[in-house]
Amino acid sequence: MSLHDDNKQGFIEWCKRGEPMIWMNAAAVTVSTLAVIGLLMLLAVRGFGHFWPAAVMQAQYALPGEASVTVLAERVESEAVPIEQLLSAGFKIETDDAFVDRELVKLGNRDVSGADFKWVISRYLNDISYPEDAVVIERREWGNFYGYLQAVKEQGQVVASLDDGRAWEEFQTRVIRANEIHEQIKKIEKKDIGAINYRLEKLRLKSRGLELNTSMAEGRREQIQADLAAERAELDAQYKVMQSELADLYRQWHRDSFTMKTASGQIKDQRISTVVQAYQPNSMNFAQKIGFYFTKFGEFLTDEPREANTEGGIFPAIFGTVIMVLIMSVLVTPFGVVAAVYLREYAKQGVMTRIVRIAVNNLAGVPSIVYGVFGLGFFIYFLGSEMDKAFFPEALPAPTFGTPGLLWASVTLALLTLPVVIVATEEGLARIPRNLREGSLALGATKAETLWRVVLPMASPAMMTGLILAVARAAGEVAPLMLVGVVKLAPSLPVDGNFPYFHLDQKFMHLGFHIYDVGFQSPNVEAARPLVYATALLLVVIIALLNLSAVALRNHLREKYKSLEM
Amino acid sequence: MNDVNEKAANFMTSDKSTVKAHAINMESLGRNRVEQSIHDEDITLTVDKLDLYYGEKQALFDVNMVIPRKKVTAFIGPSGCGKSTLLRCFNRMNDLVDSCRVDGGISLDGSNIYDKRVDVATLRRRVGMVFQKPNPFPKSIYENVAYGLRIQGINKKRVLDEVVERSLRGAALWDEVKDRLHDNALGMSGGQQQRLVIARTIAVEPEVLLLDEPASALDPISTLKIEELIYELKDKYTIVIVTHNMQQAARVSDYTAFMYMGKLIEFDNTDILFTNPSNKQTEDYITGRYG
Repeated sequence: MSLHDDNKQGFIEWCKRGEPMIWMNAAAVTVSTLAVIGLLMLLAVRGFGHFWPAAVMQAQYALPGEASVTVLAERVESEAVPIEQLLSAGFKIETDDAFVDRELVKLGNRDVSGADFKWVISRYLNDISYPEDAVVIERREWGNFYGYLQAVKEQGQVVASLDDGRAWEEFQTRVIRANEIHEQIKKIEKKDIGAINYRLEKLRLKSRGLELNTSMAEGRREQIQADLAAERAELDAQYKVMQSELADLYRQWHRDSFTMKTASGQIKDQRISTVVQAYQPNSMNFAQKIGFYFTKFGEFLTDEPREANTEGGIFPAIFGTVIMVLIMSVLVTPFGVVAAVYLREYAKQGVMTRIVRIAVNNLAGVPSIVYGVFGLGFFIYFLGSEMDKAFFPEALPAPTFGTPGLLWASVTLALLTLPVVIVATEEGLARIPRNLREGSLALGATKAETLWRVVLPMASPAMMTGLILAVARAAGEVAPLMLVGVVKLAPSLPVDGNFPYFHLDQKFMHLGFHIYDVGFQSPNVEAARPLVYATALLLVVIIALLNLSAVALRNHLREKYKSLEM
Repeated sequence: MNDVNEKAANFMTSDKSTVKAHAINMESLGRNRVEQSIHDEDITLTVDKLDLYYGEKQALFDVNMVIPRKKVTAFIGPSGCGKSTLLRCFNRMNDLVDSCRVDGGISLDGSNIYDKRVDVATLRRRVGMVFQKPNPFPKSIYENVAYGLRIQGINKKRVLDEVVERSLRGAALWDEVKDRLHDNALGMSGGQQQRLVIARTIAVEPEVLLLDEPASALDPISTLKIEELIYELKDKYTIVIVTHNMQQAARVSDYTAFMYMGKLIEFDNTDILFTNPSNKQTEDYITGRYG
């Protein structure tokens, strides 16, 4: 018989060889990969362009039949719109084209002109130029300011102006000085005064606790109250010193001001203390722009948000996300492992265990918002308020743990991810070879010793797998968090220098909620949109990092206990 | 069947008068014929009317026998005859099987090991066991040997060092591994792993060593080493070995039990059992007619 069978050709034979299946599998993999890459690319392109110092365009903009206005703005995006849409919006445009280009420009100067974004019709932009001396000023309030620097003043006296040519340099040095003072102010306000306030609050609670304590002798109570009062007086004195120091700093901070001319010729005086950063994008070379880009990006990662989260950084949200996931992991791993050990090793395998197992598996399918409601109803309103009554009666009626906070968010997510850890650990335990357990038992080890010394270490990679899945699910979860502890803006981080350093009762910020808040709740949607993309990408990156570290740990453990693969 | 049972129960008084055809030439194995009787031995373990059930299914039927001290006793028989099950009764390894139930008794030095008050961990410390497949823990060689001691709460480095060395020497492994005591045990060859498991077992100084087909997963050279080791170890330990290999049973054991279908068919001095079996089934098995 010939090895070459010419009959085995054609479509039917091709199908019989299983080729269509292979092609379908490959196509599915390709689609998945492209989806992931596409998602990341979209987020990166939309988000990370935001930090690039865009050129500032000056142009004459004259709609037919209207007076020409000068605009000084950044171009954001352009699109083609049907002519009908514009006509019905009241524009008088004479053209035969079905579509007209229009573009979105960022005008800034919200305090002067009202709106900082504007759609303009491209064909009516004339005399487009990119003046070298156009200045972009990032301000602490009211968004960006676009204009031309006229003069710099100290205590109202002009110290540099356009005429002597030093205005820009003088302005920059004074901005740096003002920012340094601002750093000091922030340090005193947040750290020093924050610490004093924290201690004062502790004293207040202590003194209130004394009042509630009825069993104490009267004399002794007065003695302690007097001590507390003395301590309070000392703190108050410190506070006064800080206050005067602050007032002094504020005076210095507000010393300088500067004069700008807007594109339309208006003159505006502003304090230098309002400036975060000033730059002339049109005169920057490529290297400077790169430097500027990375500085901005660094600020995005490490700064606190400003202006209703639409400006500044997202550090508190990153921190909140990571710390919540870590606490969740610390809670869920031991609990899940213990439950799995009982189910697999000790419980009698019967109908009851089967039911429990099915219930655990089904828990994984419960919508996350349901966990949020449960967390709110059980953990916060019941457990939290009972804890307050038992341990923090002096703070009542203000709740300590009877209110949404980091602890309850972590506990709720731990509950949400518990089934994953249990299932993964159980599978890991089931895979430990019987002869290893017998080897340990035959040496006189009890069942508990065998578990502890042989079985659990060998099952640790499986536990890590469970934890990886749990982290992946928990870090991306937003809905339940909105009920149990996440806020739009948290005044301080849940970890700080005040004893006991970890403040589990505090509310915190979260990247997922931050995306929702910035994207949908912000007063300035146009300004915030790039931040939404950038934050989303960052959330993906952080989840990936958390996962990768867990995967690395698991691979290390697998290597150590590789006998399972024999 | 009744006839068989009778003969099994009467193994101690088996008829040795007729020399029958046998498959194993004892002289060719380098053994001197020693026809010592079990009656003269010091007895460690006594099995008394042992019945064992897995759920509804009975796996051992009325087994009666004794295991002599500091001698090697071999269990032979076809697969599924219950020889491993019987071996695992000696350190109550069968307790791990939920559906397993035991009637009758086994006594170690006169005390019943199936008594309710017996601490199983202590029993297993006195009756060590080596399994068919080498099962070192995924730890270092040193930690494998020290495992039993650590469980007893002995953590002094000086003591552990001493015991590890003594045990590894006892298992004829010391010279091969002394320079890599802290390497992972899973990097050793199968034969080395099995000797490591033996070292691990003798580190806790048991009185009885149960070997469940200890060489069946090993190559001939490793098997030979294990057999030599068994020969050396019998000076100090009572050894019970389950084997599929009749040559091996003939080479290493002093006494041999032949089991079939959950019953003890014949138990006698190895030389007698292999040269002059008193039971037809035994003879059929050792001459290779079934099994």
